[in-house]
Amino acid sequence: MVSPSPTWIELAAALCIGLSGAPGYLWRRTRAGGQGTATALNLIGAAVGFAGLAVHARTGDTGVLLLGTLPIGRLAFAQDGLSALFLIPILLVSALGSLYGASYWREREHRESGRRLRLAWGIMTASMMAVVLARDAIVFLVAWELMAIAGFFLICTEEERLEVRQASWIYLVATHAGTLCLIGCFALLGSAEGSSALWPSLRSEASGWLPTAVFALGIAGFGLKAGLMPLHVWLPGAHANAPSHVSAFLSGVLLKMGIYGVVRVCGLLPHPPLWWGGALLVVGAVSGVLGIALAVAQQDMKRLLAYSSIENIGIIAIGIGLASMGRSLGRADLVVLGLGGALLHVLNHGLFKPLLFLAAGSVLHATGTRRISSLGGLARTMPYTFVLFTFGAVAICGLPPMNGFASELLLYLGLLRVAAVGPVDPQSIWTSLAAPALAIMGALALAAFVKITGIAFGGAPRSPAAAQAHDPDRGMLAPMVALALACLVLGLLPGVATPLLHAAILAWDPALGPTAPPLGELAPLGWVSVAGVSLIAGVALVAVLFARRRPRHASVLTWDCGYVSPTPRMQYVDVSFSELLVGLFDWAVRSRRSPPDLVALFPPRSGFRSEVPDAVLDRIALPLLGAADRGLSRLRVLQRGPVHTYVLYVALAVVSVLLVAR
Amino acid sequence: MKDVVTLLVHVALFTTAPPLMLGVINKTKAWFAGRRGPPLLQLYYDLARLFRKEMVFSRTTTWVFRAGPVVATSAALLAGSLMPFGAFDAPIQFTGDLVLFAYLMALGRFFTTAAALDTGSAFEGMGAAREVSFACLAEAALFMSFVVLVRFSGSLSLTPMLHAPITAPLHGLAGAAIFLVAVALFVVLLAENARIPVDDPSTHLELTMIHEVMVLDHSGPLFGLILYGAALKLFLLSALLLHLVLPVGLDAPLLDWLLFLAGIGAIGVGIGVVESIMARLRLRYVPSLLIASAILCVFAFFLTLA
Amino acid sequence: MLRLSAVNLLLVGVLLLNLFMLGTSRIRGLIQAAALQGVLLGGLLLLMGHSSGANTALLAIASVVLKFSLIPRMLRRALREAQIKREIEPLIGFVPTMLLGAAGTLLSIAFASGLPLRPEHQELLIVPASFSTVVTGFILLTTRIKAITQAIGYLVLENGIFIFGMLLVDAMPFLVEIGVLLDLFVGIFVVSIIIHHIHREFASLDTRHLASLKE
Repeated sequence: MVSPSPTWIELAAALCIGLSGAPGYLWRRTRAGGQGTATALNLIGAAVGFAGLAVHARTGDTGVLLLGTLPIGRLAFAQDGLSALFLIPILLVSALGSLYGASYWREREHRESGRRLRLAWGIMTASMMAVVLARDAIVFLVAWELMAIAGFFLICTEEERLEVRQASWIYLVATHAGTLCLIGCFALLGSAEGSSALWPSLRSEASGWLPTAVFALGIAGFGLKAGLMPLHVWLPGAHANAPSHVSAFLSGVLLKMGIYGVVRVCGLLPHPPLWWGGALLVVGAVSGVLGIALAVAQQDMKRLLAYSSIENIGIIAIGIGLASMGRSLGRADLVVLGLGGALLHVLNHGLFKPLLFLAAGSVLHATGTRRISSLGGLARTMPYTFVLFTFGAVAICGLPPMNGFASELLLYLGLLRVAAVGPVDPQSIWTSLAAPALAIMGALALAAFVKITGIAFGGAPRSPAAAQAHDPDRGMLAPMVALALACLVLGLLPGVATPLLHAAILAWDPALGPTAPPLGELAPLGWVSVAGVSLIAGVALVAVLFARRRPRHASVLTWDCGYVSPTPRMQYVDVSFSELLVGLFDWAVRSRRSPPDLVALFPPRSGFRSEVPDAVLDRIALPLLGAADRGLSRLRVLQRGPVHTYVLYVALAVVSVLLVAR
Repeated sequence: MKDVVTLLVHVALFTTAPPLMLGVINKTKAWFAGRRGPPLLQLYYDLARLFRKEMVFSRTTTWVFRAGPVVATSAALLAGSLMPFGAFDAPIQFTGDLVLFAYLMALGRFFTTAAALDTGSAFEGMGAAREVSFACLAEAALFMSFVVLVRFSGSLSLTPMLHAPITAPLHGLAGAAIFLVAVALFVVLLAENARIPVDDPSTHLELTMIHEVMVLDHSGPLFGLILYGAALKLFLLSALLLHLVLPVGLDAPLLDWLLFLAGIGAIGVGIGVVESIMARLRLRYVPSLLIASAILCVFAFFLTLA
Repeated sequence: MLRLSAVNLLLVGVLLLNLFMLGTSRIRGLIQAAALQGVLLGGLLLLMGHSSGANTALLAIASVVLKFSLIPRMLRRALREAQIKREIEPLIGFVPTMLLGAAGTLLSIAFASGLPLRPEHQELLIVPASFSTVVTGFILLTTRIKAITQAIGYLVLENGIFIFGMLLVDAMPFLVEIGVLLDLFVGIFVVSIIIHHIHREFASLDTRHLASLKE
């Protein structure tokens, strides 16, 4: 039987999903606003896409599909191991997110914005698929830009709110700065190769400044999308202010498009210089530690999740850096462990971060607030959401038996192998110091997520809204359950991802070929399963033996050292919980605090405020841009208004171009 | 046959011996204070009593409150099967089990602190906040020491890694490095187990700072699990440290087991001495102590490179 | 072989004390640590200079007596008489100073591996420990406010130089070392008298006030 090319199937899926929002947008009379149609088309498209992935896995077909030629560039698409791996989170999160959105962003409540959201959602998914499938620079850039603009419309769904508008404009500026870098990057690449085909393998003798410039521009452009520090400026605001399923989509998938680009750029040279990987590793470690330190300090649940995305992107960047260093050093084991860990973490983060954002969205839906300090007691009022959130929280801290553990284990193994195997190489031995950095990130992530789990969900409700919260309906629970189960399954059986990872690693470094050491030999994924299963069994056993007994006194107060009438306001809140850590990282976090003045023996009513501005956006970027605005405002003289002045400018520009080109 | 016996002894040791170590510590402290002190087996009596009692739950608590002790203890039990004891191999060993060991401890911490916050008590909130904050630094020091040991032994699994000091020569710079790591791990041991000078385990009131304050609300069997889990964690980290300060293998199983127990007892006495002659540090100086221990490991790492 | 391991053990002790001195907030703890370092140095001298006989033994005893007993006693007395508060006042925090000291030590470890040392010294920590101690002394001198902590800074600085002298223990004239010790003793003696007087004149021991002495 001749099976159709998997790339064809994926393109069909992309078309189906891309147009999913169109019927509702065009035929406005329909009462449901095409919500059902959009969700159905999305799910069908995702199913088709997964079928395409299955065909690809079976046939291993990586042939380039040429649909036609454009004035510049060609409509070329193909699918290899890397594309396939990144397609999984795109299809999964898009489908589950649209399902969640059907209940979360109901047509009844959001008539106008809902239609626009669904249109942009479909276009965004399709353009992401085109990004990973594109094999031509022009097509890639068009898809990239389409994705960026669709993202803008998704973020500014609630445009009537000021902070939403601000966040979406910052996003738009950042993404265009990134695209500018990418245009430069691809222009250089095209001039070196003589064609716009992607992804070329630069000749290793193409030394000099060109590979360095391509690398720097590529990392800047893709890093802006991925949210590597200090290029993360758009990320927290956009994630916090978009509707929650959009946040899930942004964090779970859109950031990964930046990672996809970084992986491809790092693979351009067969033998990259050692400092490429080293630089990426350092940037990753800095993003990770500072990102999660800022996350611990946040008081807004979704901002916290957004900063934790920066940390996870940092972890992924550490893996890519390690793999690139392995390629420079000729160490296949580092390539396999580094890239394997990074890509497994891409998959994992694409599962647990959407789960957490959707759970946070349910809390927002039920209580109307994102402030951790006005929540509390949700474990009683929203039991299902709480269980699901805990699944995600354990997973994102990299704890067994959930899926985050496997990918972090691979990275630890890779980093420690630098120290363990082979003679001392003074240029690369310091790499293993990233292992303690990874440990700090893990411990800080634990602090951040215990903060939400314990303070927003534990304890007693701090506001009436939290006391009256309730679990969302099945339409919102079902996608979360699916994601949580996926986290658990991938945590217990990380070995199932091995073939995918292996194919992706070979696509990235074809030189490895058959000599590549299989991931399963370098990393004990079987033992991870054993440990996970025995952990669950052990917990069940201990629980049955010791914790099953029913209490005789059903209703007692929490022991507060003798105090008999505690109020919910006396509980520890999030600011106090993270105070020690914020103090420890204050050199980076730079919190603003206004402690009350204690003046008399019996001080009057007083207040305490503490806020954490973004280290880069609020402290560097905005003041700089403000200064630039003041300095450049004199040029506004040119902006006079009458049309003929502009025509004059155009004429002058044409004349000067002619003069220069002469 | 021999392996089966070793396995049985191993499991029996880490399931039953930990409370004894606390007895040794308390005896030492009592001796320093000129008291007779509680019997060596006091914790066993306490556990037997607690496991028979009934439980009381606050009305704010949910399943997480029960999950705290249960998960922490089961994670520590699983970690016990990864740790080699003296000259003997661990029952389970694989590449990267050291990461699993550290992360099992972290899993316990996640649920212990979540359970503490679940009560809604301000005291327990403080304890949880301190626990997660200091753990960040302790974890860094622990992994930094792992990097040194991995460098020293060339192995990524706990058993061969910790057995390397037995076979490799310990003089010169490597010996100095191992000594530095041992000091750092001792600090981590004290911090992770909430001993003086980081926390004072002998106060059971709100004056205590970290661990004891997190478990104020637990009662009956659950509190018993907490005490047992804490003792187990102390025992396992002591076993980790023991390989560095007593790198001896006698090739005679019985003697080796005795040597191991004596070593653990000696660490217990050491902790008791530290607790008797030192006062608790002020809270704001605890980070300095932990950062210093991480710095020692960085020194050691550079020494192994030279 | 055992002797060299013991030397390294003592030097690791010196490193630990350096870190402790940078991190501690108590003046008494600082004095104790400096005194203990003196004892370690005496032991070091005995182990390193075992071949040159009675002279080294004498020097070791002299330095231990001086650094463990006399100087600390003088400092404690100054502390008591001038009623200095027991807390150290740092210009920059304890953690940053510790990190500074650590960075200095790491640099010296890297530096030591490049030095053309005699083969029997290559396995030893002498150069890193001595540089780290000197750096510690400098940091104590520059970042702590009180005069008494500055005196301890000089003491630690001298300890560092003393350790470096271990490399030359066979060639070092006995008299030179005795002279250095004596200098140190007199220096600290003078400082403690000055402390007494500053305290009487200004009712404060903040060395920043000394700047007002100019014209």
